[in-house]
Amino acid sequence: MKDMQAYQRYFVSKSQPKNYRTRSLVLDRPLADAQPGQFVMAWLPDIGEKPFSIAGADPLTLTVADVGPFSRALCCLEAGQPLWVRGPLGQGFELKGKRHILVGGGYGAAPLFFLAKRALTRGDEVCVCLGARNQAELLLADDFRELGCRVELATEDGSTGQRGLVLEAVRAALTDFPAQTLYACGPKPMLLALAAFCKDNQLAGQFSWEAMMRCGIGLCGSCEIDETTCDAVGLGHGWLTCKDGPVSFYQPG
Amino acid sequence: MNKSEVDLTCELAGVRMRNPLVLASGVLGTSAALLERVGQCGAGGVSAKSCGPEARAGHPNPIAVAWAGGVVNAVGLTNPGLEAEIPALIETRKRLHAQGIPLIASIFAPTVEEFGRMTEGINAAEPDLIEVNISCPNVGDEFGTPFSGSVESAAAVTQAVRANTAIPIAIKLSPNVPNIARIALAAQDAGANAITAINTVPGMLIDPYAGRPVLSNQVGGVSGWSIKPIALRCVAEICKTVTIPVIGLGGVSRGLDAAEMIMAGATAVGVGSAVWQRGVDVFAVITEELREFMAGEGYPDLESMRGMAIR
Repeated sequence: MKDMQAYQRYFVSKSQPKNYRTRSLVLDRPLADAQPGQFVMAWLPDIGEKPFSIAGADPLTLTVADVGPFSRALCCLEAGQPLWVRGPLGQGFELKGKRHILVGGGYGAAPLFFLAKRALTRGDEVCVCLGARNQAELLLADDFRELGCRVELATEDGSTGQRGLVLEAVRAALTDFPAQTLYACGPKPMLLALAAFCKDNQLAGQFSWEAMMRCGIGLCGSCEIDETTCDAVGLGHGWLTCKDGPVSFYQPG
Repeated sequence: MNKSEVDLTCELAGVRMRNPLVLASGVLGTSAALLERVGQCGAGGVSAKSCGPEARAGHPNPIAVAWAGGVVNAVGLTNPGLEAEIPALIETRKRLHAQGIPLIASIFAPTVEEFGRMTEGINAAEPDLIEVNISCPNVGDEFGTPFSGSVESAAAVTQAVRANTAIPIAIKLSPNVPNIARIALAAQDAGANAITAINTVPGMLIDPYAGRPVLSNQVGGVSGWSIKPIALRCVAEICKTVTIPVIGLGGVSRGLDAAEMIMAGATAVGVGSAVWQRGVDVFAVITEELREFMAGEGYPDLESMRGMAIR
C-alpha cells in the first residue's frame, strides 16, 4: 500500500546562509525517487504550505528565499526543528547529451544545483550561467564552482560578472562551450527570452516555470500557465505547472 | 463483440453526450482553456468549478493532499463570482460546442433566494445543464448545514432554481445523510431534471507527528477510490427511487468503476480525483477500458447494463 500519511516529517540538520535573504535547509535524510526539477510541498502546521524546488535529494535540501511569511518561517528554522514535506511532485529535467548549459535567474539557481550534481556524476560537462539584479541577489555561484562547474555571472547593475541580462552571458558562453541542451529556471521574462533564443538557435531547451500552487497534484487548476505564454513557447493550452511541469521541453524540429 | 460495435453515447436530461464520462465539478474547471483540454482528452461532458454570487479566494494551503485512499480537499469554493463567471462560461461553451461537448455550469449560494438569483444570472451563459451544488462540505459554518442535509431545504433550493431557468438542472447531493433517496425524490418533485451523486464525503486527516489536522480548514471532503462503495450505494438507492437520470460519481478511476456506476443505475459517470492518479488523459483511458469491458462481456450499449445490479 502507498503511504498512508500525506506528509513525511523531516528535521533540519543544517541551515546555511546562501545570500542576504536565502538559506539552504539541509534535512536529515534523502527524498526517495526525486529528479532534478521536481518540487516538494513544504508544510509547517498552522503556518502554511508552499512549493519548493529540490536543491538536493540526498539528503533532501531546500533553498529558500525569505520573500514572505511562510518562507521567513522556513528560514527561521534551526537544526533539530521539524518540517513536513509531500513529494517529489511534477515533471523534472531530463539530462540529454553530454554538455549542458544551465541558466538560473535569481533563486531559480536552486533546482539547477541538483541538476548539475546529477550531470557531473555522469561525467558530463556543465556550464552554469547565473543572472541577478545585483551581486547580493546572486545565488549558489560558489557552490556550483566547488562542484566543478564552469560558472558565468551576469548582473543588471554590473556589480559582478557581465553587466546585463543572463542571456548575454549564455550567448558568450556558447561560443566556446557548444552545449547540446539548455536548462533554465527563473522569472518568466527570462524563460521567454531563453525559449526564443533556443528556437532561433535550434538548441534543445528545458524550462522550469514558477506559479502559485495550491493542490500541487493537478486537480485545482491554480497553477495553469496563461494561453499567451503557452503560445509563445509552444505548450498546449491549459498547461499545469504542478503536473505537466514545472519543466517544459523544447526540441528543435 | 467487436469494440467498434459498442455504443457509448448517452442522453442526460435531453443533453446528448458522445460518452458517459463527465468531468466532476471542482477539478480543473477554473478556465476555458482547462475545460477545453479536458474535452480534448476525451470527456463526454465537462463541469465548471462551482460559482457563487461573490468572488472567494478559498482557504489557505494546505487545501488538498493525496493519501493512500485518494484525496482529501478543502479548497473552499474558490471562484471569481457570478459577474466574472458569465463571460468565462460563454467562452468555455463556445470552445466546447466546437468539439460537440456539453458544458455543465455549477452554482452555489448562501441562501435559497440567492440560488434563485445565481440561476437567473447563469442563464446568460446558456450552459447545457446547470448543476446545483447544495452539498459542498468545505465552507464550514459560514453557510451552515448544506442544503442537501434535509428534504425541506433541498426542495426549497430546487424550486428556487427551477423557477428561474428553463435549462435542465441537476441537484448535487451529499452522501452524508441518513436517507439520500428521500432527498433525491424531494429534488425530483421540486422540478430537478437530474441528480448528481455523490459530493465528497466529509472527512479529516491528522498528521500524528504534528498532532495537527493536515488541511488548513481542518476538515474537508474525501474523494478517490476509498469512497467508491459509498457512492455506489447512494447511486443505487437513488436510482431505485427516482425516475430522473443520475450522474454517478465517487471513486471512479477505471473503466470497470464506470461500468459498476452504470449498473447501479447511473446515466452518466463523473470523474474527478482520478485526474490526479492517471492525468487529464484519464477520460480517454477510462472510455477505452469501458468499451473493452462492454465488448468482452457483450453489452452493445449503456442501456443494456444500466441498473442491472439494482433489479
